[in-house]
Amino acid sequence: MKTVTIDVKQVTRVEGHGNIAVKVEDGRITKLELQIVESPRFFEAFLRGRRWYEAPHVTCRVCGICSVGHTTASVKAIEAATGIQVSEQTRMLRRLILDAEHLQSHVLHLYFLAVPDFLGVGSVIPLASTHPDVVRRALRMKKLANDLCAAVGGRHIHPIAEHVGGFTHLPSQDELIDLKRRLEASRDDLKLTAELYATLDLPDFQRPTEYIALRCCGNGEYALYDGRIVSTLQPEPTEASEYRRRLIESVVKHSASKHVRSPHSEAYMVGALARFNVNANRLHPAARDLARRLGMAPVCGNPFHNNSAQLVECVHVTEDAIELIDALLTRGVAVEPLVRPERFGRGVGAAEVPRGLLIHEYELDDKGLITAANLIIPTGQNLANIEADMRAMMPSMLAADMSREQMTHRLEMLVRAYDPCISCATHFLDIEWQ
Amino acid sequence: MKPKVAIFSLTGCEGCSLAILELEDRLLDILDAVEVVNFREGMTERTWDIDIGFVDGAVSTPQDETEVRHIREHCTTLVAIGACACLGGLNTLKNHQPEEDYRRYVYGDRAEWFPTITARPISSVVKVDYELPGCPMIKEEFLRFVTHALAGRTFTLPDHAVCVECKKRGNLCLYEKGEICLGPMTRAGCDAICPTYGSKCEACRGILNEDVLKAAGINLREQYNVELDDVLADLQLFGAYQAKALP
Repeated sequence: MKTVTIDVKQVTRVEGHGNIAVKVEDGRITKLELQIVESPRFFEAFLRGRRWYEAPHVTCRVCGICSVGHTTASVKAIEAATGIQVSEQTRMLRRLILDAEHLQSHVLHLYFLAVPDFLGVGSVIPLASTHPDVVRRALRMKKLANDLCAAVGGRHIHPIAEHVGGFTHLPSQDELIDLKRRLEASRDDLKLTAELYATLDLPDFQRPTEYIALRCCGNGEYALYDGRIVSTLQPEPTEASEYRRRLIESVVKHSASKHVRSPHSEAYMVGALARFNVNANRLHPAARDLARRLGMAPVCGNPFHNNSAQLVECVHVTEDAIELIDALLTRGVAVEPLVRPERFGRGVGAAEVPRGLLIHEYELDDKGLITAANLIIPTGQNLANIEADMRAMMPSMLAADMSREQMTHRLEMLVRAYDPCISCATHFLDIEWQ
Repeated sequence: MKPKVAIFSLTGCEGCSLAILELEDRLLDILDAVEVVNFREGMTERTWDIDIGFVDGAVSTPQDETEVRHIREHCTTLVAIGACACLGGLNTLKNHQPEEDYRRYVYGDRAEWFPTITARPISSVVKVDYELPGCPMIKEEFLRFVTHALAGRTFTLPDHAVCVECKKRGNLCLYEKGEICLGPMTRAGCDAICPTYGSKCEACRGILNEDVLKAAGINLREQYNVELDDVLADLQLFGAYQAKALP
């Protein structure tokens, strides 16, 4: 029987620091860990004592890739804790900047982090000379998403204008018209991306699991900005404020990021594929069309299809952003003062960010200072599921007599398919609410 | 010979590494002019013969300290990028709490599994040749640095306060609106992006020098009716100033 040791120090082309450690002795898996070696950062601890309005501004620094996502969950949590209701215009602008971040993050992941695996190169850099059109297209798409973020929030990495209670800067009509034109033109780039993607050979691997995502209950929106927590195993919705009924955290030794399980399963998945599996019927028709052409139907149990779901979402958020800009142009964008707090208490905010369900929770004292904080990060929720997938993949790889290098590459591709954001994931805490 | 360039991340959000990828219009030109030899976030290949090493993130764990010494040994020129690497950044907020307390708050009785040390800029551990501050690092400044390095010219940071750039952009001074802003004491180079988008400056590029800090302290005390504790809390945010009182 076979004995294999796989020890990948610092998986590359992922955000943050993670190792893969697998040991097979006499054909039996004796060790299988996705080790999270990223530094702990203690955000929840040092938020204590900071002022209420700083929360989004501080927590967006959890992660450079999803700083708009953290800002979104954070402003919503503080608003829930202070009784603030934001205007329809604020809601629309927040949806627009969140769409832009999904687009930026998915394009980055597909072209810069995942595609090199399929084209047999170590990074996007050699593609600049072998496939210059592909690289230029990727940069053009990314730039459009960043420019959209910048028009709404001032910049993509750590947005400036998105505050508790509203925005302190608004995009001009000219900027919106120009962005809409570029978004419409980018449909061609999306089409070419889909054509390239269709030529890639996704590993055939099935392990359906529980898929958790937000779902909008009042309207037909594909839930990104808000919604209630549902899953493929438990479609009965749970309010975000009751998230502890759906997500159970635990500390494991090989990971500075906590693992999370659900009452229904030891491991579950969040992210683009989970959203697709829960909300496919809410996607824009053009996105649904693409999913069909990629051979995807809910419930899709191949985690490598998370890449496909990201591509489908690129089409969706592009169309959604065009519709939002149209609506903003029709109603006109007007200066509004920030809505002020009515009280200080406890609040939860949830949003779907590129890598999945993100939850922020804060407690404020009567002066508006933060006394407790909890952040539940998508990648932390996926860790147990990635390990379960690796465990399920090993026997067939051993049976197929794959070399150690082939197995290692396949496991790294799996980890990358989840698009883990490891810096993000190391900010968990256990907390006792008084 | 193209200079061999590497990008490393210590404790931080990796937003500054990402900011390099967000130079979309110039990225291909940069890749044409340098050879990237080590960048975990973006590529599989890794080698250790490095002319210019860029490091984002603070030193905040024992491993960070070992790693930054190792990086220093292998880089001819070492450049700290972003507030975390240059000032310690947001990570320094934990320094104001007892270590035992913040570790237990996050990891409970498993705290000893995850070692940590006082968060600090990388210049407190190794010699740093250049600093490109900001949270995140300013992309245009990075580009200016690379251009200077390629031409063999000496790079310097702007030696004036954010207010200069803020005035140039025609912004209304936040003090005139009764608000606090750290622009008067902070190093420029960001084109006053935060005040331009309606937010105060929080000194993510660090204090310009002791003199402007003193002058701003006198102005705040004598001219403006603001809470000095709020000013100090703002100054703490990115590790720009850690003392308990203004000079």
